[in-house]
Amino acid sequence: MSTTFIEGSIAVAKTVGVCRPQVISAYPITPQTHIVEHLSELVANGELKCEYVNVESEHSAASVVLGASATGARTYTATTSQGFLLMIEVLFNIAGMRLPIVMTCVNRAVSAPINIWNDQQDSLTARDSGWIQLYAEDNQEASDMHLQAFKIAENKDIMLPVMVCMDGFILTHSFDPIELITQEQADKFLSPFTPQYYLTPKNPLSFGTMVGPDGYMETRYFIEKTMQVSLQVISDVAADFHNQFGRFQGGLIDTYKVEDASLVLVAMGSIIGTIKDIVDELRAKGQKIGVLKVRSYRPFPKDEIYKALSHVREIAVVEKAVSLGYGGILANEIKSVFYGKPKTPKINGYILGLGGRDITIDTIHQVIKDSVNVLSEEKFIGLNEALIKR
Amino acid sequence: MDKESGFKRYLKLDLLPTPWCPGCGNGIVLKTICQAFDELDLPKDGTVVISGIGCAGRSAGFFNLDSVHTAHGRAIPVAEGIKYANDALHVVVVSGDGDLLGIGANHLLHAIRRKTNITVVCYANEIYAMTGGQASPITPHNTKTLTTPDGNPDYPTDVQFLFKHHNGYFARTSAYHLNHMKKCITESLEFNGFSFVEVRTMCIVNYGRRLGYKNSNEMLMHYKELYKINDYAEELAQDEIGIIKSSS
Ligand code: SF4
Repeated sequence: MSTTFIEGSIAVAKTVGVCRPQVISAYPITPQTHIVEHLSELVANGELKCEYVNVESEHSAASVVLGASATGARTYTATTSQGFLLMIEVLFNIAGMRLPIVMTCVNRAVSAPINIWNDQQDSLTARDSGWIQLYAEDNQEASDMHLQAFKIAENKDIMLPVMVCMDGFILTHSFDPIELITQEQADKFLSPFTPQYYLTPKNPLSFGTMVGPDGYMETRYFIEKTMQVSLQVISDVAADFHNQFGRFQGGLIDTYKVEDASLVLVAMGSIIGTIKDIVDELRAKGQKIGVLKVRSYRPFPKDEIYKALSHVREIAVVEKAVSLGYGGILANEIKSVFYGKPKTPKINGYILGLGGRDITIDTIHQVIKDSVNVLSEEKFIGLNEALIKR
Repeated sequence: MDKESGFKRYLKLDLLPTPWCPGCGNGIVLKTICQAFDELDLPKDGTVVISGIGCAGRSAGFFNLDSVHTAHGRAIPVAEGIKYANDALHVVVVSGDGDLLGIGANHLLHAIRRKTNITVVCYANEIYAMTGGQASPITPHNTKTLTTPDGNPDYPTDVQFLFKHHNGYFARTSAYHLNHMKKCITESLEFNGFSFVEVRTMCIVNYGRRLGYKNSNEMLMHYKELYKINDYAEELAQDEIGIIKSSS
């Protein structure tokens, strides 16, 4: 396999390109990344046969792909931060209409105050929208995940939209050697999109019509059921991908040195790489430590996480988002995994890296030290004391 | 009482220089707005500036006045909220074409319709500049930008026509025509109703240089050659700047 030294955004754009999307719509900013710019170039060069629609806002971008997907086209969009928040109304519509759209959410902070640096507050705010959410650890995974995403979304038993989340700047703007997926490989992995239901005058249908109290609840029930089915599909698609490409970045979760660990750090996204380095460093000193990556956040793989962590004495959840008034989002979900189980480990939650604050090796060491010393609690790590005491 | 005088009293001088690129037209417009404030002697404790997102959106923070930096496209409704809460304030929106005419265009339509007594100054550089140069709603047809590498397939919006059936104040001016710009902004601040001043200005870094301009002065000279002043006309041609004013 040959690798190309390439920016994360461009690698993602190239993968999306070989998935043969038929309609792409995006708003240039608020803020945007190079992903859609590169796709617009591929379309302009004639390398990608696709309608590329420049629109006036993310709300419109999401609406355009909604319409195109309902008409039976494979569609894609991407956004981040405030733009993502502006899309949210339509994201709920898309999931409710069971449209298998794939989008990239480049993870960045939200206003106010204005901040465009990395954290994961944007996509986590839409965790209840009915979209499958996958989080990428590095650029190879982010790139590969898009091919998997179309296959998961368009599975006839699923028909739900899939969001690939990747950390802004840390992944999107960094260059890595990436094994790019060729057109031939993509075609072998992903069949053309042949929806069972779509808008055609031959067989008139309505999408998203009014449903009263007599039927609305069932639409939610079906999405929830499908989410449970998608747990298997996400694992299967990752296994298929492993078979064809020889690369495996985890299915629902991934673990690193967890088997005999007494302390396990749990996280999502690019921070996993930093943590792995520290795990190696501390293992060399004899500390039994490991890391668990939540790759599929929605559906939330409770059983897999429990299976992987049932022997662990201490868990430290490290996350770049916060549910204000409640604390760490992922930390609380990890706690729920152990509800009703015979043994509950000590679970500490750490909120860090908000608005792009650097997460250094020292930050993670601080988490580990704290986690060993305190009883179950949640806290912010890496605060600027001078600003707080002002 | 504030005894300071001159346009500089409206600026946070200690924050200068601005973050804008050398040669950017935004500074010229910012200064001219302050000169118009000064001409009318607007009270510092009675004037509010609201910006959206983008290079132009950075303006709000440089005024030595109360200001709000809103979400992308939302400057106008936030300004309307301020005006409706305190009618005594002079409420001025300072933002760019991508912000006001793209993502926020819907609000513009309805503020015109509602005749809210606020002033909007639009830095119209024809591009989403802060993010690197993507086509905006007033990028001319066929122009190559990052999102229209094959040339812009769309046609630009012409804001003057939004005012056609509603009373209001519309002016188009340019960063070259300093006296005209100041006149337009001053008149718009005095206008009792909704007013909009579109200032054609240069983004050299993420627009002009890609179109072949060697420097921003060449862009200024282009405005000088292109635009004829036609004030109080019924309608402005593409190569005209001027004022269209209907009774408020
Ligand atoms: S990018 Fe363009 S508009 Fe923005 S500061 Fe630079 S020259 Fe001005």
